[in-house]
Amino acid sequence: MDGQAIETQGRSESLSRRARIADRPIRVKPDQSGVVTDGVKHSMNPFCEIAVEEAVKMKEKKLIKEVVAVSCGPQQAQETIRTALAMGADRGIHVEVTGKDYENLGPLQVAKIFAALAKKEEAQLVILGKQAIDDDCNQTGQMTAALLDWPQGTFASEVTMEGDKLKVVREIDGGLETIKINIPAVLTADLRLNTPRYATLPNIMKAKKKKIANMKPADLSVDIVSRLEVLKVEEPPQREAGMKVETVEDLVAKLKEGGTI
Amino acid sequence: MAALFKARKALALCVNGIRRLSQLAELPETHQILRQTCRDYADRELSPIAGRLDKEHSYPGKQILDLGAMGVMAIEVPEDLGGAGMDYLAYSVAMEEISRGCASTGVVVSVNNSLYIGPILKFGTEEQKNEWITPFSTGEKVGCFALSEPGNGSDAGAASTLAHQEGDEWVLNGTKAWITNSWDASATVVFATTDKKLKHKGISAFLIPMPHPGLSLGKKEDKLGIRASSTANIILEDCRIPLSNMLGPRGAGFKIAMQTLDSGRIGIASQALGIAQASLDCAADYAHKRCAFGSPIGKLQGIQFKLADMAVAIESARLLTWKAASLRDSQKPFTKEAAMAKLAASEAATFCSHQAIQILGGMGYVTDMPAERHYRDARITEIYEGTSEIQRLVIAGQVLKEYQQ
Repeated sequence: MDGQAIETQGRSESLSRRARIADRPIRVKPDQSGVVTDGVKHSMNPFCEIAVEEAVKMKEKKLIKEVVAVSCGPQQAQETIRTALAMGADRGIHVEVTGKDYENLGPLQVAKIFAALAKKEEAQLVILGKQAIDDDCNQTGQMTAALLDWPQGTFASEVTMEGDKLKVVREIDGGLETIKINIPAVLTADLRLNTPRYATLPNIMKAKKKKIANMKPADLSVDIVSRLEVLKVEEPPQREAGMKVETVEDLVAKLKEGGTI
Repeated sequence: MAALFKARKALALCVNGIRRLSQLAELPETHQILRQTCRDYADRELSPIAGRLDKEHSYPGKQILDLGAMGVMAIEVPEDLGGAGMDYLAYSVAMEEISRGCASTGVVVSVNNSLYIGPILKFGTEEQKNEWITPFSTGEKVGCFALSEPGNGSDAGAASTLAHQEGDEWVLNGTKAWITNSWDASATVVFATTDKKLKHKGISAFLIPMPHPGLSLGKKEDKLGIRASSTANIILEDCRIPLSNMLGPRGAGFKIAMQTLDSGRIGIASQALGIAQASLDCAADYAHKRCAFGSPIGKLQGIQFKLADMAVAIESARLLTWKAASLRDSQKPFTKEAAMAKLAASEAATFCSHQAIQILGGMGYVTDMPAERHYRDARITEIYEGTSEIQRLVIAGQVLKEYQQ
């Protein structure tokens, strides 16, 4: 939902996406306009963690020169960027979005910010988590690629350099699909791409000295007004008690009765 | 002019004081990230296996290697010696989170950091630091600390292990008891009497590699808790080591031991906090889920009072521990505060784990839930690295000194 890092490859830098998501438990706001986020502890989106890890790995393999971690959101987003720095990113960019703007920040707005940053930083690769686990949109990566008119390798479970192209193995419904795409490109990380490292203490200390640049969406000439209006957010219905039946015939009868079949 | 200078100094002291106080109220950002990192590691890699490690009495070798790679096995050691180069507040935070996952792993980490590396870092020569610290920063090797003997624990000055010089070697004879990490260690700091007439001023510290001729291990103790860490006697029979293996000056052994234990207390206090917190986590979670008399038991005041008392015990012990660590980091005297922290935290651990079993009822008594393991793990924290009775003597000594006429 917020915070993305772009990773770039080759000559330039890599920006990796990082979203902040709330740790459970979650309650719906009384006015049904969203969920309560005040006082709820947030942490890095797990798929974004995998994205950061992939970028750092690529840097260690000398495939990319620099990893830049980006997050869009309020002041607390800096914590998440610091964690990425502790994992091995070189510097961070915090795009500050607060209050109502932040609540309405959706994939399209974030994608616009990322596209603008990718151009500004002359990034060669943008790596994001495939989706944020709070809204499960799974749109930002694809939209970013479209805005930049770059190829995309989404749901990546394996990424390798082959010559001057990227070979991406994607996890799709039918199994695994392997594609070759040109650079610059956008990748989104799936679960099995890697296992994120635990930040080492020396790196946590070093992260203190790494720079995080601050900017606003306006600085990138990005308009973050949402085209969507959330009408209502409600909890799933309470799970009702089930019932036991004696035979298969009873089961079929009950299902017919309830209109299920 | 003088007044202006005094005012500025007062302001500086004030600001420093505020900064330190706020450090207790909320950890600095690096320490928060460290805390989260260690917590994630403990949740994912330690909690799931802690029960099995306890049942099988098995040493968490892989986990110690992981923690070594993270820098947790040598937190205070400068980076050029292979450590993480962080402070004692960081050590306390890391220890608490790791112990919350597995108390046995916690004590292995604590003994390596505070009791083994600690004295070498403070009293060792440059060569000794390179030889005896650097290889022990990675988790590949761990060390231990041999002070107690079958005949004396609290009465450390009565050490009967002897060391005499023969040519260019020290020869040690005696038995050390209750040594944590002994069966998994690659070196030990040993305290032995070099000049019996000088009583406790005649004790010196030595470094012995393990294994080594003349050094053998007793049987592994079958303990109530922290069973994944090994505890055994170390037997020295004509154990010969080079003269260069003496740590610190001759006769300084007792002082080295006492100063080392001061710092070790912060580590054990943190371990106790981790156990106490794990107990509270377990009990509070259960209070939400278990229903009796038509509602979750968390609605009953009897349970609520217990949870409140547990939370207060933990938070106050935690603040004492952070204060002791912060004082040490500022190179200020911290003996009293460290003793207070260890006393408060260990008593909090036994209290909280006891109450957690009570809240869980029958479920607290079986191995399906971790409450019984926390109860068993907590008990030792009131005993080792200075019994609660000794802590009270240390604290009283400091208090009386403050009021000396």
